Amino acid sequence: MGRCAFQDPISENMTEVAAHTDGHDHGHHDHPAWLAHHFDDAEQQFDSGKLGMWLFLVTEILFFSGMFCAYVLYRNRNPEVFEFCSAFLNEKLGAINTGVLLFSSLTMAWAVRASQLKQHKLLVGMLGATLGCAAIFLGVKSVEYTHKWSIGLLPGRMYVAQMENGYHSDFDYLTRLCIAPAVLTVLFALYYVYSLVIASKFHQRVAGPLLVAGLCFFGGIYLGQVIEGGEHHGDSHGAHADAGHGEHASHDEEHAKEAGSGTPAPAEANAPSSDTGVALVSTSSGALHDVAVDPKEAAIPNAAVNNQGMAGLFFSIYYCMTGVHAVHIIGGMLVISWLIVKAAREEFHSKYYGPVDNVGLYWHLVDFIWIYLFPLLYLIT
Amino acid sequence: MADTHSHSHSDHGHADGEFSHPMPVWMLLAVFFALLGLTFLTVFQAQFDLGSLEIVFSLIIASIKAGLVIAFFMHLVWDKPLNAIAIFSSLIFVALFLGFTLMDAQQYNERLIMDPKNEILENSTPKARLIKTSE
Repeated sequence: MGRCAFQDPISENMTEVAAHTDGHDHGHHDHPAWLAHHFDDAEQQFDSGKLGMWLFLVTEILFFSGMFCAYVLYRNRNPEVFEFCSAFLNEKLGAINTGVLLFSSLTMAWAVRASQLKQHKLLVGMLGATLGCAAIFLGVKSVEYTHKWSIGLLPGRMYVAQMENGYHSDFDYLTRLCIAPAVLTVLFALYYVYSLVIASKFHQRVAGPLLVAGLCFFGGIYLGQVIEGGEHHGDSHGAHADAGHGEHASHDEEHAKEAGSGTPAPAEANAPSSDTGVALVSTSSGALHDVAVDPKEAAIPNAAVNNQGMAGLFFSIYYCMTGVHAVHIIGGMLVISWLIVKAAREEFHSKYYGPVDNVGLYWHLVDFIWIYLFPLLYLIT
Repeated sequence: MADTHSHSHSDHGHADGEFSHPMPVWMLLAVFFALLGLTFLTVFQAQFDLGSLEIVFSLIIASIKAGLVIAFFMHLVWDKPLNAIAIFSSLIFVALFLGFTLMDAQQYNERLIMDPKNEILENSTPKARLIKTSE
């Protein structure tokens, strides 16, 4: 029967072993491919896997708690730093990313349901939606990160003190960041075309979600730029919410499109202008790029915190926490892609859906962490 | 032992010992919209200056959201108690960790890294890009 002997009292061992050897010839029917040999039955296999996953999540929570500890300690000591710095974080983008991640949790939970009910097409669709949401999340995050890098909101010693008409790097971070996703998207598109050519249902079901996810990343970038740009035009910086900025936004969009076609744009070389009457002069002709600051914070220089030691440390914590979280998103995307392959093979059913359930648990944990990160980083008044 | 034995036998009688528990769709959607509503609430409350209470409110809302995710999306309500024990013990240890660290938070130096006074212009800006006009 393929039944392990360890549950049974020793006295029964003999008969059990006999039954075991006896059942071995028809054991191949009895022990389907999805049930590992060392498990009694499907439920035991499922429960063991799930317990393992929960223990892994425990280590994940403890791992993140180290960073939360740094956060708690620093905020407890220097609340003014958090008030100052959180004004540079785009609340709208954070809220949108929260919504996207919550939605991806919904589709993941729904995917678990679909796998239990053998709704194979729905399962692939739900996993694809989860993957797409993860890509949107990363796209929005890329816009957030690159925007911060370009105005010098960098960790630790790299932090550039924020001025009203502050520093603006000409280095086009976003295009560089888009290269890898663009290459992947092109590969997914080729794979999809290939799957159409060979008319393989399986390959179409795998390639479709992957391609959609690749496109979703650029959708996320577009969404992020629209909101990041809209924010600038909306704010009351008067002269600084100028045409130059609109130009900048459209530039970035162009870059994103170029990245989409796989050709990185050359960085613009602008002659330095040194006649501006402010203490800080950026090398770009667009020296008047305004910093993404809350209108309330119009008077930016705040010597006590606007420096590497204070604000720089905040951004170290910010990049560390959100960056490690983003790495978890990327990891989750890899395992979800693996699930899509298995789901396209229609492997899951009510007795074997452990992989979907366990990846789901991991994905919800990533959402769980973000639920705390969002108010703690973005929503400080 | 006899109990587990008979249990497994009855499992075999079924041939399909069902242990999956598909969540009803309405429940998934309800949890999702509750989470979305709480997100709006937390963004909304951030507009008011509640002083030191702000962090308390946002943490309470975040914890309700986290609880919904764990209980329903992560299916802990219907799960084996051992898994619940594992996850809650980790949260207890996190609370201990943060609590003990905060107990002596006031013992650190006033500034954690460096003297910020002269940094704002000189160190905080890439040297090549710094042009002093007046000071």
